[in-house]
Amino acid sequence: MADLTSNFVGIQSPNPFWLASAPPTDKAYNVVRAFEAGWGGVVWKTLGEEGPPLVNVNGPRYGAWHSGDRRVMGFNNIELITDRPLDLNIREITQVKKDWPDRAMIVSLMVPCNEAAWKDILHKIEDTGADGIELNFGCPHGMSERGMGAAVGQVPEYVEMVTRWCKQYSEMPVIVKLTPNIADIRQSARAAHKGGADAVSMINTINSIISVDLDTFSINPSTGGKGTHGGYCGPAVKPIALNMVAEVARDEQTQGLPISGIGGISTWRDAVDFIALGAGNVQVCTAAMTYGFKVVDDMIAGLSDFMDSKGIQSVDEIVGKAVKQVTDWRYLDLNTIVKAEIDQDSCIQCGRCHVVCEDTSHQAISQMKGGQRHFEVLDEECVGCNLCVSVCPVENCITLRELSVGEVDARTGKTVSGEYANWTTHENNTMRAS
Amino acid sequence: MGQIQTAVDIQTARLNADEYIKNFSDMHPPLGATAALVEADRCYFCYDAPCTTSCPTGIDVAGFIRMISTENNIGAARLILEENILGGSCARVCPTETLCEQACVRNDQDQRPVSIGLLQRHAVDAAMAADKQFFGRAADTGKRIAIVGAGPASLSCAHGLARKGHSVTILEACEKSGGLNEYGLAAYKMLDDFASREIEYILAIGNIDIRYGQRLGVDFDLVNLQNDYDAVFLGIGLSAVNNLGLENEGAKNVINAVDYIAQLRQSNSLADLPVGKRVVVIGGGMTAIDMATQIRLLGAEEVTLVYRREKEAMNASEDEQKFTQVKGVTIRYNAKPHRIQTNEGQICGVEFESTKNNEGGRLEGTGAYFDLPADMIFKAIGQVFEAPSNCGFELDKGRIQVDAERKTSVAGVWAGGDAVSDGEDLTVAAAQDGKLAAGSIHRYLCN
Repeated sequence: MADLTSNFVGIQSPNPFWLASAPPTDKAYNVVRAFEAGWGGVVWKTLGEEGPPLVNVNGPRYGAWHSGDRRVMGFNNIELITDRPLDLNIREITQVKKDWPDRAMIVSLMVPCNEAAWKDILHKIEDTGADGIELNFGCPHGMSERGMGAAVGQVPEYVEMVTRWCKQYSEMPVIVKLTPNIADIRQSARAAHKGGADAVSMINTINSIISVDLDTFSINPSTGGKGTHGGYCGPAVKPIALNMVAEVARDEQTQGLPISGIGGISTWRDAVDFIALGAGNVQVCTAAMTYGFKVVDDMIAGLSDFMDSKGIQSVDEIVGKAVKQVTDWRYLDLNTIVKAEIDQDSCIQCGRCHVVCEDTSHQAISQMKGGQRHFEVLDEECVGCNLCVSVCPVENCITLRELSVGEVDARTGKTVSGEYANWTTHENNTMRAS
Repeated sequence: MGQIQTAVDIQTARLNADEYIKNFSDMHPPLGATAALVEADRCYFCYDAPCTTSCPTGIDVAGFIRMISTENNIGAARLILEENILGGSCARVCPTETLCEQACVRNDQDQRPVSIGLLQRHAVDAAMAADKQFFGRAADTGKRIAIVGAGPASLSCAHGLARKGHSVTILEACEKSGGLNEYGLAAYKMLDDFASREIEYILAIGNIDIRYGQRLGVDFDLVNLQNDYDAVFLGIGLSAVNNLGLENEGAKNVINAVDYIAQLRQSNSLADLPVGKRVVVIGGGMTAIDMATQIRLLGAEEVTLVYRREKEAMNASEDEQKFTQVKGVTIRYNAKPHRIQTNEGQICGVEFESTKNNEGGRLEGTGAYFDLPADMIFKAIGQVFEAPSNCGFELDKGRIQVDAERKTSVAGVWAGGDAVSDGEDLTVAAAQDGKLAAGSIHRYLCN
């Protein structure tokens, strides 16, 4: 059986599945249940500075976007960092770490942007025996209005500065959690790297409004008729998160900087996606909040079975395996020609491929043959765009076939040469390299 | 063949009150709100959707299901009723497994079509519950149309004409409207007096007057209508039944299934219906299935449905055959009645001869015989059209000949429903006939 043990920036855990800093990790009761269920580690819900605990709204904190069968596709929240006293959290963290020494215990932190405040809390955390800290520079609601969370994460100079303080006043590994609410995530990652971060974790939640109540015209969820933007997460954000992880993984300035992958991870397959794009481990929240902690069973078994089937011994072998295959558009080979092909045996004749191609693309799928309903690709029109493949309800019914060298593209009349050629040298590119 | 020596066992009240309620509850219970969303989500919204092509009334099935998926049940109902004002009863009684659901592409993918019938019911029920009327009357044209019969074809025609501003008078022989929706069909398909509630909903458009106890050829003739009205539509159904052609066919307890079902549908107390202990039903269509299933659900202990041909040739769909079998009816294929057996003047069974298809594909007896003891025998071997006297229209295959617009050979007279040739004997086909005839009559009167 594959070895799932994880060593992320020196932090050991029996598997690479951590619970992200969020409601599921707010207190010992939840965290102990998570460890009993098998989670490899937790990032304890963000602690703030000493003083009267902050308060949450008493109206709804969560909103969800559902599919037709009520699956939670997207989820958002307006909950703040912990609303429990600091010393209570500290006591519980200490006790849980003592009771569960093999699990990773990371503590998420967010205090005002001054050196003394950070210095003060770091010592308290170090005394708990926690394995590391995560800097919450991402929380997009509430806390950002007070100059913390995303308000820090959106300014690279602040990210670097606070990271440096943390490295200066603490021996613990420092993970910097990045906000996606920024134009170029690489700037934040570079800043964290410069500040000496051991790793970045990404992504935090995305500014969002779930929907409008069409009876009252207030947004969902609302408190007393008013709502505010919340942090978006869940399966819907995964593709956005994957891209950001890949961007940081392949950025020359941050190459090799460990990444803890976060963003809509619901299954072992999602986890492998993140790991292959450069994440050293993953953090999960929404899946647990949707189904409970038991979802980790599938993640562990699925990852292990996947690794066995591929002959992979350790998770580290997967880390970054897909990064080299991510490139810029301008380097894509313009001489690779593909055509859609419909497998008539598995086609169920829904005609969606035809109508979407006809209405919105290249008029490359016919709908009748010999007076019968029949869907067939017209090679002379097909540009290989993948739309039909994407909308076909039958997996693998429509596939893209790459033309072999020597074949003629019926659309352009050109013979496939097999030579690599991209936009940078294309004759139509007025800015082409000479 | 020896005579079966048993006393006739026919009783009322074979079951207790709870059993009647359970046995005659909804055959397909309605979908709840979430179940409807989940089911609607299974629809692929096909291009040129095969379900729509398969619907005799051409309902935009994919279109209305998409509206259900966006929680717009009222919009969905409008789309349904636009093509078929009897969409509520069709959702309940259509053999969807041979129509829209048979065409669903999901059959090829996961052997289970989208439950179109249940979704259609979901939408139409929502609109009826909200008492939402979609169609108003155009300005009064001053034209008057007589419609004979108040079954599905006639109601569809009447509604279509009323929308165009015409005045409609319906002449119905029975005491109630609805035709087979009211007097035929299995009770568990049309619960809670749905047939009459639907009629009330349809008639709410106004300018449709119904006169009961008016039988064509008895109380009035076609020529009267031609003189008094601007156009006539005949939706008179099939008024006679086929006979077995056997001795003792007129004996007590040899019953026409349609008569018994009408009695059942109109009964206020199912416990009052006479039910034999052992029952034989002869036939292979929907009436035979409905009869066998219902007599079984009324407490008959042994019910055997005997059909002269093989399973595949049966008019009743495979789903219907399975349904009756699950309810405890035994189906025997390939047997034809040879003799009605009697004992001391009372019927006591039926002797059948096994059949097979000969090399020419014709059905023939094998010479092997068997007996089925019976306290009641139901005949359900088809209904026939009885042409009213003094009508003068051409017949085709024994029914009224009509063209594509449902015009008969007599000028100014249209017809539809089971009475016309090439009829599929389905509520939905009747609804389409009425709709087409209404359009044709309107063009005839106003162009």
